[in-house]
Amino acid sequence: MPALEFRGVTKRFGSLTANDAVSLVIEPGEVLALLGENGAGKTTLMNILFGHYQADQGEILVDGKPLAPGSTQAAINAGVGMVHQHFTLAANLTVLENIMLGTEGLWSWRQNTKAARDKIAAMARDYGLQVDPDALVGDISVGERQRVEILKALYRDARILILDEPTAVLTPQEADSLFATLKSLTEKGLAVIFISHKLHEILAVSDRVAVLRRGAMVGSVVTKDADKAQLAEMMVGRTVTRPKPEPMQAGKAILEISRLTTSGDSAAALADVSLTVHAHEIIGIAGVSGNGQQALADVLCGLASGFSGTVQLHGAPLPAGRPRAIVNAGVGRIPEDRHARGVVGDMEIWENLISEDLRSDAVSRWGIVDRGRATARAEKQIAEFDVRCEGPDAETKLLSGGNMQKLILARALSREPSFILANQPVRGLDEGAIAYVQERLLEARARGAGILLISEDLDELMALSDRIAVLSHGRLSEALPSEARSIAEIGLMMAGQDGGEKAA
Amino acid sequence: MIIIEPRASVSLFRAAMAPVWAVAAALVLCSVLIMWTGTSVPTAYVLLFKGAFGSSFAINETLTRSIPLIFTGLAVAVAFRAKFYNIGAEGQLYAGALAATFFGTGLITLPAVLMIPLLMLVGAIAGGLLLIIPVLLKTRLKVDEVVTTLLLNFVVLLVVSYLLEGPWKDPMSLGWPQAASIVDEGVLPALLAKGRLHFGLIIAVLMAVAMWAIMRFTVLGYEIRAVGFNAGAAEFSGIRVNRTVIITALISGGLAGMAGVSETAGLKGYLTLDLSPGFGYTGIAVAMLAQLSPLGVIPAAIFLSAVYVGADAMSRAVNIPSYIADVLVGVSVLAVLVSVMFSQFLVRWRS
Repeated sequence: MPALEFRGVTKRFGSLTANDAVSLVIEPGEVLALLGENGAGKTTLMNILFGHYQADQGEILVDGKPLAPGSTQAAINAGVGMVHQHFTLAANLTVLENIMLGTEGLWSWRQNTKAARDKIAAMARDYGLQVDPDALVGDISVGERQRVEILKALYRDARILILDEPTAVLTPQEADSLFATLKSLTEKGLAVIFISHKLHEILAVSDRVAVLRRGAMVGSVVTKDADKAQLAEMMVGRTVTRPKPEPMQAGKAILEISRLTTSGDSAAALADVSLTVHAHEIIGIAGVSGNGQQALADVLCGLASGFSGTVQLHGAPLPAGRPRAIVNAGVGRIPEDRHARGVVGDMEIWENLISEDLRSDAVSRWGIVDRGRATARAEKQIAEFDVRCEGPDAETKLLSGGNMQKLILARALSREPSFILANQPVRGLDEGAIAYVQERLLEARARGAGILLISEDLDELMALSDRIAVLSHGRLSEALPSEARSIAEIGLMMAGQDGGEKAA
Repeated sequence: MIIIEPRASVSLFRAAMAPVWAVAAALVLCSVLIMWTGTSVPTAYVLLFKGAFGSSFAINETLTRSIPLIFTGLAVAVAFRAKFYNIGAEGQLYAGALAATFFGTGLITLPAVLMIPLLMLVGAIAGGLLLIIPVLLKTRLKVDEVVTTLLLNFVVLLVVSYLLEGPWKDPMSLGWPQAASIVDEGVLPALLAKGRLHFGLIIAVLMAVAMWAIMRFTVLGYEIRAVGFNAGAAEFSGIRVNRTVIITALISGGLAGMAGVSETAGLKGYLTLDLSPGFGYTGIAVAMLAQLSPLGVIPAAIFLSAVYVGADAMSRAVNIPSYIADVLVGVSVLAVLVSVMFSQFLVRWRS
């Protein structure tokens, strides 16, 4: 009997069909990878399983029995456990307390910690999920937190474990240890659904791959018979090749950072960072997020002015803390979070395209926005950067992630900046959009721009960067040619095991 | 169980109909209270409508009452647009009235074409200045402006009370706590031969159009909207967020201050302690009903004014307390919030 079965599950949001008659079977003891681009309907399907949404049609069977729709409790009781991409742990409680949270009766006199402790110890032993039950969750590493999330699900007797993009926050070594855990879970007869869009992980960890595209099930293949190209084509619906950089001679220095130190939260603040970016050069900054990327980006974007050390652009000091002056000095900025920093979703596309030069003569006179000129320019940029929209008057929040990113690229790159800060420029984008963004960055490099690329995706960094430096606990390693580094080496440096700098 | 899901898109029509549905819902809900008093609901609502619009006198009175509400509604709408939650329009209204009284009762006398703009200007400045403390506390120290602006209302009211009982008390007032009359040149002229409707209506409507134009066409309006919608993105693009919030606060306080000038120099002719029966607070209801649109403030203010004026007339005719107006306004605002949610989310019962 299958552990879990989806039968013709359909979910519509207005005119959008998020899941179109999806049928899928998961057997006990197998790792099923659910592959699909962003917006393909993976998360919606899991939300239906978990009772957050209710399907318009179709049903879900767990161990052959229909699951009551729209009830999270029913899903948990049936043995479904979910590890979300963003952890749902309380940092100020211990591991033990987090695992027990919600399992004890509200009116019970005392917590039965002894039994819980024993059960957790047994699970930790059986599945190789070592973690100190009395440590505060706020003090443990991201990899350990994920183990706590898995333990939390197992503690509730989960037989079906769903992991949503579980490796997004892990170093390569932590990811390998997670894969080993998944193997031992399936040996014990658990069924695992592994949601991802990273092909090499899926090939490494899964037994079978099911592919969703635009809400519909494209098909499922046995992993050992599949290869990357085939899966990519199933996922995207056509062949997409990511661009490759041509070898290029680095030019004169464009951005020079010397002994940059910021104050604030110790792990996320920069400590004595030095770096030079040259023309015709992409420098990749690797690292697990929360290790100083934000502080570095904030300084270069003009959001932070409280730092020591120097940052020079073309030999002149960067106008710290003044975003417009920085833009005018020739910096193009692609922020990490499109929605929180990149655009004002409630405003129109043309309005977002003028936000960086609002008070310049190009788009306003005497404090009045020149809508005619602004719209004309917006139309040109929309065409040039292939932003798919109804027109410059469309509301920005209606754009897909890829088109929103193209809008930000249009705003940043049409001024032909000499230095570009690209902070996670392809995060959450589909394959087509990723290729587009990378092509544009490579074009800028060919034109002579220097680019600082901050990313958590090592494959992307290895493919695009001329040189790679690793940011860990606010310290930046030397930037070495990317051919000189291996993924394993960078992974160790990301974990802070470089030069004796251990996690604090 | 109720399931709430976001709508894929919100049509303009649906958004515009939200306040209409809200008002309809409020009327239905309030009819329960009316039935309780033993009066027939249709009779009560007909009386209410006639009291507000049934005669030229009624219309005149409704429009007169809407003037301060347009000013305070605009004040709240522009501030809320930037997510600066100014609950202190009542205090700013009195600050404007104090300034009009200080300058308008004999200190300066100019021809009316100069005197009226002068009084409006000093009233606006006074209302704006009153917001300086809360806005600086917010931008510098992140002190919640809801608390500071609300509490300042009571401070201002006590100052007015002190001045009217003491130094500013009009010796000719036979002991009533009221200030001296505004000089003739400063009084806003009547618009019609009969009734109390005065020139303040023209100024209020002009301000609404001006605010609409500022929000829609100017760089400042762009910045105010961007800061309100997404301060993080505004900051990233180089808009100076704190500066924008401060300017917005000055405009907001200024508009509320003009309400005070208009009431003092237009309606009563002198400052009293009961100049405003809560116009500042009702301004919040006006702005919410208008969904923060400056032009929407005009019909919203007229509607709420009609409810108050009509309820007064209704309570004189049948045995319903005029407090029903407060209930009706309160329910309308709540219903607007709910109906805006309905226009953006799909709510349904689980089968």
